Amino acid sequence: MEKVFERPKALCNVPLHYCPGCTHGIVHRLVAEVMDELDITGDTIGVAPVGCSVFAYNYFECDMHEASHGRAPAVATGIKRVHNDKIVFTYQGDGDLAAIGTAETVHAAARGENITIIFINNAIYGMTGGQMAPTSLAGQITQTTPYGRNPKTQGYPIRMAEMLSTLDGARYIERVAVDSIKNIKAAKAAIKKAFTLQMQGEGFTMVEVLSSCPTNWGLSPVEALEWLRANMIPHYPLGVYCDKKLEG
Amino acid sequence: MSDKVLMKGNEAIAEAAIQAGCRYFFGYPITPQTEVAAYMAKKMPKIGGVFLQAESEVSAINMVYGAAGAGARVMTSSSSPGISLKQEGISYIAGANLPCVIINIVRGGPGLGGIQPAQSDYFQATKGGGHGDYHLVVFAPASIQEMVDLTSNAFDVADKYRTPVMIIGDGMLGQMMEPVTFQSKETASLPEKPWATTGTKGKREHNIINSLYLNPEDLEKNILERQERYNTIKANEVRYEAVGVEDADYVLVAYGMTARIAKNAMATLRKQGIKVGLIRPITLWPFPTEIFEKTAKTAKAFLSVEMSMGQMVEDVRLAVNGACPVHFYGRTGGMVPTPDEIINEVKKIGGVL
Ligand SMILES: Cc1ncc(C[n+]2csc(CCOP(=O)(O)OP(=O)(O)O)c2C)c(N)n1
Ligand code: SF4
Repeated sequence: MEKVFERPKALCNVPLHYCPGCTHGIVHRLVAEVMDELDITGDTIGVAPVGCSVFAYNYFECDMHEASHGRAPAVATGIKRVHNDKIVFTYQGDGDLAAIGTAETVHAAARGENITIIFINNAIYGMTGGQMAPTSLAGQITQTTPYGRNPKTQGYPIRMAEMLSTLDGARYIERVAVDSIKNIKAAKAAIKKAFTLQMQGEGFTMVEVLSSCPTNWGLSPVEALEWLRANMIPHYPLGVYCDKKLEG
Repeated sequence: MSDKVLMKGNEAIAEAAIQAGCRYFFGYPITPQTEVAAYMAKKMPKIGGVFLQAESEVSAINMVYGAAGAGARVMTSSSSPGISLKQEGISYIAGANLPCVIINIVRGGPGLGGIQPAQSDYFQATKGGGHGDYHLVVFAPASIQEMVDLTSNAFDVADKYRTPVMIIGDGMLGQMMEPVTFQSKETASLPEKPWATTGTKGKREHNIINSLYLNPEDLEKNILERQERYNTIKANEVRYEAVGVEDADYVLVAYGMTARIAKNAMATLRKQGIKVGLIRPITLWPFPTEIFEKTAKTAKAFLSVEMSMGQMVEDVRLAVNGACPVHFYGRTGGMVPTPDEIINEVKKIGGVL
């Protein structure tokens, strides 16, 4: 019988620990498929964050580093400066990238560091049990915003793709979602484009992926995707935010 | 290069690192170590190396973590407040068993403190600094030549034991000039690092640089394995200088620049007929315990002299283990003890004053 669906080679043959219906698994699969299609697993070095995807280092067949919370772009910079012929990517959540690691993210982009960031925006801290993230929406109920996030006292949600796109060092930044087949296909195309640009030495690339956390949103997997569509996409519009040839 | 050249301490460290095969430097500006970075910024691009000014010490040390895991000889340098920021990264580097060299040109603290020389980061350097069960190997040079030699040695020790190594100096050592000789090294002889992330090329299992072990049995095993390496370091790498301790009634203990001042005081006291010796720990960790045990059998008292409120003195007491009294004299906040002050202290202890 012909096999029509199988595990990408770049994904290790181990069970993933993610909750049922969590979209981290989808994004892992997309990154692995892209590595397979570009045939780069043997030349890629990944950096896992602190967050639900901390064990990403066990899931990809390429060499991996585990970084401390928020520092993945700095770690990736160190790796890339040593092996500039390798493809270096980080995989980070919103707390990791947009709160504790904001400086590392902004400056990796400002330097035009030739790395790719896969940014999982699920509007919550998954791993620590559902606290407010820098990307939590106004009014969103979390463990640390039990009355709903009040921007006046708890700040406004950060749009990282837009913010980073203003930097001269940013080569390509796109926001995608993994809530539907159509969007998943677009997400994969964006990831592939980012890796390809890096291989061409073009500079800093980031794909922000709107992702779901059914467990901490307190929703079923299907309801979670509906919530993402109804609430996240209006605040975080999908699209290409920056695709420019770098000066100099 | 084996001719004598006149060099500033901070620049000599940088040159010694380059000659030891270090091609990656990540740092953030802070007084009084800026010349290390400035030298690297000038030299690295010319020899195919990387100098990168990071956005913070936090980033710099994490770049070091990345580069060390990727298999490179890598260094960062800073001064006290910056070293505080690096502690998280240092703990991860130790936890992931990565080699690197960290320079701390110590200034007065706590807080923003001052920019004058100090030795008040002894606890931070030798007792952890960051979280968890780990140690740094800590070298404390007392001259620029020794700074050069120890920098070179630091990279070898780091690679051999897969551990971060710290070189601790102070603003005086960093800024002053002395003639030095470089023993040029074969960079070709750098050790293999089969554990490094260099890309699998499809030829091996993936390498993982990591310090996370959620299963306590695994974490304990990992820590015990590292402890074994620490025991080997304690057996092989202890360094100290001992002068005049055989017949000494009073033994001065000091490291770095303070040891040079103490030596001066010792010479004066000897001329006055007071038998004084000096132990100068060169490795602050591992601490040279044995020479203290030995000397404590014949000495009447020890005097630890430091540019702090008394930090190394605790290790001296542990090493002497009650065999005779251990006294302390220190200046702090950027104040430097003078030979006269030390002479007075010894006389007080000896009941001569
Ligand atoms: C220095 C430090 N502070 C806090 C933590 C605790 N912590 C672990 S994961 C996490 C938040 C992760 O959230 P996010 O980055 O959004 O990823 P997700 O879990 O949602 O995928 C926090 C605060 C830590 N490990 N280290
Ligand atoms: S807590 Fe949320 S983000 Fe984490 S694995 Fe579960 S569903 Fe996914």
